[in-house]
Amino acid sequence: MSELLTPSQTVGPFLSLGLTWPTGHLVVPEGTPGAVLVSGVLYDGAGDPVTDGIVETWQADADGRFDHPDDPRGASGSGFAGFGRSATDEDGRYRVLTVKPGPVGDGQAPHIDVSVFARGLLDRVVTRIYFPDEAAANATDPLLASLPPERAATLVAQPAGDGVLRFDIRLQGAGETVFLLV
Amino acid sequence: MTIPHPAGYRVPPEGTHPPLLSPGYRSTVLRSPSQPLVVLPHRLTEVTGPLLTGDIGPRDHDLTAQHAGEPQGQRIVVFGQVRDSDGRAVPDTLVEVWQANAAGRYHHARDNWPAPLDPNFTGGGRVVTDAGGNYTFTTIKPGAYPWGNHHNAWRPAHIHFSLFGRAFPQRLVTQMYFPDDPLFAQDPIFNSVPDEKARRRMVSTFDLDATRPEWALAYRFDIVLRGREQTPFEEPHE
Ligand SMILES: [Fe+2]
Repeated sequence: MSELLTPSQTVGPFLSLGLTWPTGHLVVPEGTPGAVLVSGVLYDGAGDPVTDGIVETWQADADGRFDHPDDPRGASGSGFAGFGRSATDEDGRYRVLTVKPGPVGDGQAPHIDVSVFARGLLDRVVTRIYFPDEAAANATDPLLASLPPERAATLVAQPAGDGVLRFDIRLQGAGETVFLLV
Repeated sequence: MTIPHPAGYRVPPEGTHPPLLSPGYRSTVLRSPSQPLVVLPHRLTEVTGPLLTGDIGPRDHDLTAQHAGEPQGQRIVVFGQVRDSDGRAVPDTLVEVWQANAAGRYHHARDNWPAPLDPNFTGGGRVVTDAGGNYTFTTIKPGAYPWGNHHNAWRPAHIHFSLFGRAFPQRLVTQMYFPDDPLFAQDPIFNSVPDEKARRRMVSTFDLDATRPEWALAYRFDIVLRGREQTPFEEPHE
């Protein structure tokens, strides 16, 4: 039996009514040792900030584990939710406080999966955040290694001070972020 | 230790989801990627996903009970089942909804069209599906609203839905429409879905049996998320 899927539609401009949680951007509580603030600006094809979007993150914990029964190694049982969500502000900026995920152990470099929703996006777009201090692992990551260097660079966050990483997302045009078909 | 590649989620059939560039909907023109999407095989991060059962408040499932008084409009019950494309129920998954009030206006600072706000209606709700994948919430029927995309553009009445499923590829944001809306034909968002049969799957059905006598009309909206290629582990056969 195979049922046909429900189609995707845009979140529209008023997504904050349904999708905003006061602590949604906190993958880990404030003050967590080793926490990193991942932040950036969402840009459209004219280079203007997108002020009515939302960025979601999904990742393994610091040990590379998921508290999820479909992890073939078994659910970690840690209670680590791994999910972050930040609406973009009047400057187009999102912010997620998290910890760097560990390697999941299958040859991929540490990474965070990202979904972007906005008015004008009829389906989410998906990308990944990789880490600037993982040059060796990034060099052999199957996804990064499959891309031309200037495209792969759009997936690697930039250091932006103590405990802060910058990851801008460009929906279209010069420096367009690599988006993934999942 | 080598971790075997897990079974992934099936690719959606052609025509199910809208092309990101759908110029009839003007905002897509500068917001859709110009480079082709890069295929990402599903690995551990993609066969897992947030299992949110949330901080659900006692009135989150009833959008008519979130203020001192009742909102204006036709009271309705919206219900349905969340399942995957193999027909399996998706239990314990968060469903978030948001909508305009009965006059078609959102309780949002950027919605300024001259329709009245309703002090008794905010328009946001959430529920978690039960063991059978079923959800129910109570609300009022939203109004249509103009949106300036083209001359005399009106959105058909709709409720926005957000779903997680169990794994990252199942994440879905959609809109639920109402039967026989005369505004469908002129709406580029509804019509951005190429396949006509797929478009119809966004339209709820009126369900007389589920109406609450002397209380509320009822609309059924089942939601189907992507299914998995194959089960990753041998399961006992009966
Ligand atoms: Fe809407």
